Amino acid sequence: MQESDRKGLPRTTEGLRPKLLPEGKQNPESRFPNPESRILLHTTAEDHHVARMAAVALGLTLLEGAIPSPLPGVKPGLANIVTLIVLARYGWRTAVWVSLLRVFAGSLLFGNFLTPGFFLGLSGALFSLLVLALAQHLPKRWFGPVSHSIYAAFAHIAGQMAVVYLWLIPHAGIAYLIPIFATAALVFGTVNGLIAARFMDNANNGISSRGGAENAEKIK
Amino acid sequence: MNYPEIKHLAVLRYIKAGDWLTLLSGGVCVVLLTLTLWSGELAEKAVIRSGGKIFRIVALSGDQQIEVPGPLGISLISVVNRKVRIASDPGPRQYCVRQGWLQQAGEIALCLPNQVSVELIGSHKRYDSLNY
Repeated sequence: MQESDRKGLPRTTEGLRPKLLPEGKQNPESRFPNPESRILLHTTAEDHHVARMAAVALGLTLLEGAIPSPLPGVKPGLANIVTLIVLARYGWRTAVWVSLLRVFAGSLLFGNFLTPGFFLGLSGALFSLLVLALAQHLPKRWFGPVSHSIYAAFAHIAGQMAVVYLWLIPHAGIAYLIPIFATAALVFGTVNGLIAARFMDNANNGISSRGGAENAEKIK
Repeated sequence: MNYPEIKHLAVLRYIKAGDWLTLLSGGVCVVLLTLTLWSGELAEKAVIRSGGKIFRIVALSGDQQIEVPGPLGISLISVVNRKVRIASDPGPRQYCVRQGWLQQAGEIALCLPNQVSVELIGSHKRYDSLNY
């Protein structure tokens, strides 16, 4: 990461146009000699934070790709840990950004953009986010990241199975796979939720120093 | 950590009361899904086709041998103890014979060279990729 990132100076990253800063406002501290010749995106600290979280999620996706799976589609979904943490700390909108950035950037990284696999991942992510939008309103006293994670995991397979059935394999035979996917969702959902809860607990206690609580304060 | 003696159980404190409820209902869902989707329906009848037309529909209640004529010769289908197999077939590769016993509804054995097939059906017919 370059030094300019930390200070929150603008970068030349093309892509998402942030809506948070007014247009045409040049940063006098720009590191480019002739800023007008560049396409500058004014990014906020929140943009950088979303990008950083999405990058962490991408790293976990990459890591997960190295784990052999007994059945295509049965994956731990480690990147969802990041989504859960972002949801708990920064809210649903930020979680949507991080999750969808991960899906799109991940598909570009793995070279499956617009392939069936991409649409499976996208539908799973969208269903999960929809369910999380509801699940986040559960009383915090009794429901934590573990519940969120399990609901999201079930929503994920529901979304994927819907796409598989409606588009890829319109065959009742895929119903035979549902128990396997549901079991995996329950197990991995629980494990991911526990990891997320544990991580947030550690971060709040200052064990994980980088990122974490100080950033949370900054965003709020 | 303040609880080294139960460190391996320490993660459990992140599961709140509602989370246990979620876990429990999730587990119940998985069990119900497995029971409903994996309860292989037992076959009631065997549909024997020859040359694309239904040759005979036999009930599996009685043991019998059926000779089905095809372009290459006769395929022999045997029904034993509510199971069905193609006992012999004049085809060159013998895929349908080697498929062995068929027991559950929806299972099917095809002898393509001799244009003979046997399919097991239950009380109600499910859709599959062949008749979709």
